[in-house]
Amino acid sequence: MSRRGLILLLVVLALACALPFVFSSYRVFQLTLAMIYAIALLGLNMLTGYNGQISLGHGAFYAIGAYCAAILMDKYGVPYWATIPVAGAVCLLSGFLFGLPALRLEGLYLALATFALGVSLPQLLKYKGIEHWTGGVQGIVIAKPDPPFGLPLSQDQWLYFFVLLVLLAMFVLGWNLLRGRIGRALVAIRDHPIASEAMGVNSALVKSLAFGVSAMYTGIAGALGAIAVQFVAPDSFNIFLSITFLVGIVVGGLASIPGAIFGGLFIQFVPNIADEISKAAPWAIFGIFLIGFMYLMPMGIAGAIRLGLARLARGVQNGSREAAP
Amino acid sequence: MRFKLLPMAVLLGAALAAPLALAQKKYDPGASDTEIKVGNTMPYSGPASAYGTIGRAVAAYIKKVNDEGGVNGRKINFITVDDGYSPPKTVEMARKLVEQDQVLLLWGTLGTPSNSAIQKYMNMKKVPQLHVYTGATKWNDPQNFPWTMGWQPSYQAEARIYAQHLLKTKPGAKVAILYQNDDYGKDYLKGFHDGLGDKAATMIVKEVSYETSDPTVDSQVAQLQASGADVFFNITTPKFAAQAIRKAYDLGWKPLQYLNSVSGSIGSVLTPAGLDKSVGIISTQYLKDPKDPAWQDDKGMNEWRAFMKKYYPEGDLTDVFNVSGYGAAQTLIQVLKQCGDNLTHENVMKQAANLKNFELNVLLPGIKINTSPTDFAPIESEQLARFDGKEWVRFGEIIGK
Amino acid sequence: MEGFLHQVLSGLATGGIYASVALALVMIYQATHLVNFAQGELAMFCTYLAWSLVQAGAPYWVAFFLTVAIAFTLGVVIERVVIRPVEGAPVLSVVVVFIGLLVILNSVTGWIFTYTIKTFPSPFPKEIGLGSYMSPHEVGSIGVTLIVLLLIYAFFRYTPLGLAMRAAAQNPESSRLVGIRVGGMLALGWGLAAAVGSVAGMMVAPIVFLDPNMMAGILLYAFAAALVGGIDNPAGAVFGGFLVGVLENVVGAYVVGNDLKLTVALVLIIGVLVVRPSGFFGKRLVTRV
Repeated sequence: MSRRGLILLLVVLALACALPFVFSSYRVFQLTLAMIYAIALLGLNMLTGYNGQISLGHGAFYAIGAYCAAILMDKYGVPYWATIPVAGAVCLLSGFLFGLPALRLEGLYLALATFALGVSLPQLLKYKGIEHWTGGVQGIVIAKPDPPFGLPLSQDQWLYFFVLLVLLAMFVLGWNLLRGRIGRALVAIRDHPIASEAMGVNSALVKSLAFGVSAMYTGIAGALGAIAVQFVAPDSFNIFLSITFLVGIVVGGLASIPGAIFGGLFIQFVPNIADEISKAAPWAIFGIFLIGFMYLMPMGIAGAIRLGLARLARGVQNGSREAAP
Repeated sequence: MRFKLLPMAVLLGAALAAPLALAQKKYDPGASDTEIKVGNTMPYSGPASAYGTIGRAVAAYIKKVNDEGGVNGRKINFITVDDGYSPPKTVEMARKLVEQDQVLLLWGTLGTPSNSAIQKYMNMKKVPQLHVYTGATKWNDPQNFPWTMGWQPSYQAEARIYAQHLLKTKPGAKVAILYQNDDYGKDYLKGFHDGLGDKAATMIVKEVSYETSDPTVDSQVAQLQASGADVFFNITTPKFAAQAIRKAYDLGWKPLQYLNSVSGSIGSVLTPAGLDKSVGIISTQYLKDPKDPAWQDDKGMNEWRAFMKKYYPEGDLTDVFNVSGYGAAQTLIQVLKQCGDNLTHENVMKQAANLKNFELNVLLPGIKINTSPTDFAPIESEQLARFDGKEWVRFGEIIGK
Repeated sequence: MEGFLHQVLSGLATGGIYASVALALVMIYQATHLVNFAQGELAMFCTYLAWSLVQAGAPYWVAFFLTVAIAFTLGVVIERVVIRPVEGAPVLSVVVVFIGLLVILNSVTGWIFTYTIKTFPSPFPKEIGLGSYMSPHEVGSIGVTLIVLLLIYAFFRYTPLGLAMRAAAQNPESSRLVGIRVGGMLALGWGLAAAVGSVAGMMVAPIVFLDPNMMAGILLYAFAAALVGGIDNPAGAVFGGFLVGVLENVVGAYVVGNDLKLTVALVLIIGVLVVRPSGFFGKRLVTRV
């Protein structure tokens, strides 16, 4: 990463650390949720943006992660921070297992299979047989974590920093993965599946792994979400959540890491803004926002920024070229 | 003597100060000389959006109250937001209302999972979660959750009424049950099982569920008929209730049918199902049904109709949900009136637990609202009624306190 | 045995619902190579328009054909105004536009017509002697679905316009070179799909009752039906619809109970697609290197 990029990143980070002390508890809570969504969106982006496998069912992995955290905390008294890696591992495995049969499916058909996953999971969570773990339709209420080592932070502020830490770790991990061989393999499979196989990329393994890793990210986000909201119930994780994730990565910017952050902010705050604008038909306003964003920025916010920066750079270049004799 | 002087002074000071303290106004955030802020979440969008009309009816009623001078000279600022029936959204909105908008109380929040999600938070914040709009039994728990109170009769209590009636009239019957696969459905189911006691295992021959995402419940009803049952307990929300009633009739199945009161509306359920197909259905009532000919010239209902015409003209005059919202809002106004100038969170709960024989003109005659510090269930009485093709004919006495 | 017959027949009835919506999905796919998620909401909105016409006093068939015409126009207008501007954008961006459309239609309908359920009339006679097994409307709507299927099949197979539309969707550049007005074909495709959708909506509403969330549950099954039958094959979509309807009922009643119906549906769908990745009757896509 260029030096300028690094400086920008540090500035943003410093700002992010200052926010919880400036904003009210409620806003900090909202920002925490936005960051949690950003982690989920990075996961989905790896699969759909970089690897071209459309998933309309990532809400299911979010739900699995959330229930992992809730069950561990509620039934087995596991401390909240320990539930995160467990949720990640469970989702890594379940994502990989789902990715295996999905190998045979392309485009629309994969979308349908993931759509069915997203639709069927809430019903599965309500199933009588596992009710005494999942709490059935009543759901599970969990306690909010306190700041450790007696730090002078409120619960909301501590949660914000905890999520920020996890976000940084996941994003650095993601950046490394996507920058290296695996990232190139993902993109190669997306753009030229046959050519990449011919070049020796183990398409089946990479695609299944992509599913697994992307599910892991979303599952970790789900666990964090459960801790932040302090409640899980089957109908919180319906198909609309999966569709919201898809909207998030497209609006944020496909195949872009910062795009996940833009997307997270969008899906957290824009519905609220829409609600302020119109009490009668808020979702209609949201729909108009969506369509408007796609008209103005078909490559998402990250894509628009990239285009804008490129144009600026070209402008400067042309300017300097003209200046030179 | 010296040691008596100090306590005397204190007593004297207190005696002088006391009347002043009583006359003082006490405000918590959300209340002032001119305004009382009341927060609310409702599913205006999403799968439960049919209930959104309750929020609109309430907002309209509050506008009427404000037009007529407000409560004790203060206007009510009713801040209602959409939570799409999604618990995480309810949590976020509850926090916004309590922390950002600084409401005096959260009132009439709708939905069992939505309220379960915020119950702990509201009790921790010591802000009232008043008259929650769900019939789940768990809201009547002043010991553990002193800041949460329901309003409507509990689902379990209603189901027990059906069970008692069945045991009395048809003790050897075979029962088939259709229920919505969520909190509401399972609450009714539990109440019914409890009501039948140890006879539940032998009497209930088939239980079938459905999801709100199912297009129809025709398959489920066919399954129930195939079980050979002669009693049908119909635990469905309006759209599915209409489908189930119609399908049962079309299949030629004529069981004794108990219909849960959530779907008892003549206008929104029995008419679409077919009035002739609904003859003989038993349900319980606590509100007056607007389509019931018995209340055509009723003073209370005519007041309601006039209110709807003036303040909520786009609302459906056949929908009992709009009557329900009107009645609930009146209960809120009564609680706030009783608070007088002492508008603190604590006093709101105190007055809410202090309603004695409060009557609403949209409740069935004989049903009164009573609460106390150990009784957090405002409405506990209902009456059985049988549909005769035109109206609900009430029978028996009023059951419950 | 009688119970089983009931399940199968009511499965055919709901299958008919899925089939009719699946036809609209196939229609739009044939014309644009995109699956329009907003198809269900568009159909629902048009059904509300029909309802308003009937409430205003129009006789059923007048309202029916008028609605089909309005739906066609609406489809064309939406293609021109909403979809055309994002034509060159990546597929997923267009999908997001569809989602936006879906949400707008749902929200606006709820706002205008409220969320209380309404009855929608059926044009079919009250009794036709099949007794308790299938209502006359259910039989009639299956009939209408089959007629629409025949019309669509004939259109794509035997008319030059149908051929032009298929060509425009499959290979826009070559089609332009041959003189086909690709833009016009897209608009036409949207119009026809909206019309088919409105017919589906008007057939479905008497069975499930009219409310803004009417199509939400149906869309998943219709989507599944269209893909399981083969997204580019109208007959396949209808077959898929009936298959999904009957299986859903039979599985729910006899195999795992309604509590796990959706999970079983998921497993079945994946199972079918793993064995036949393009659906039962879809064309196997062979990509040349």
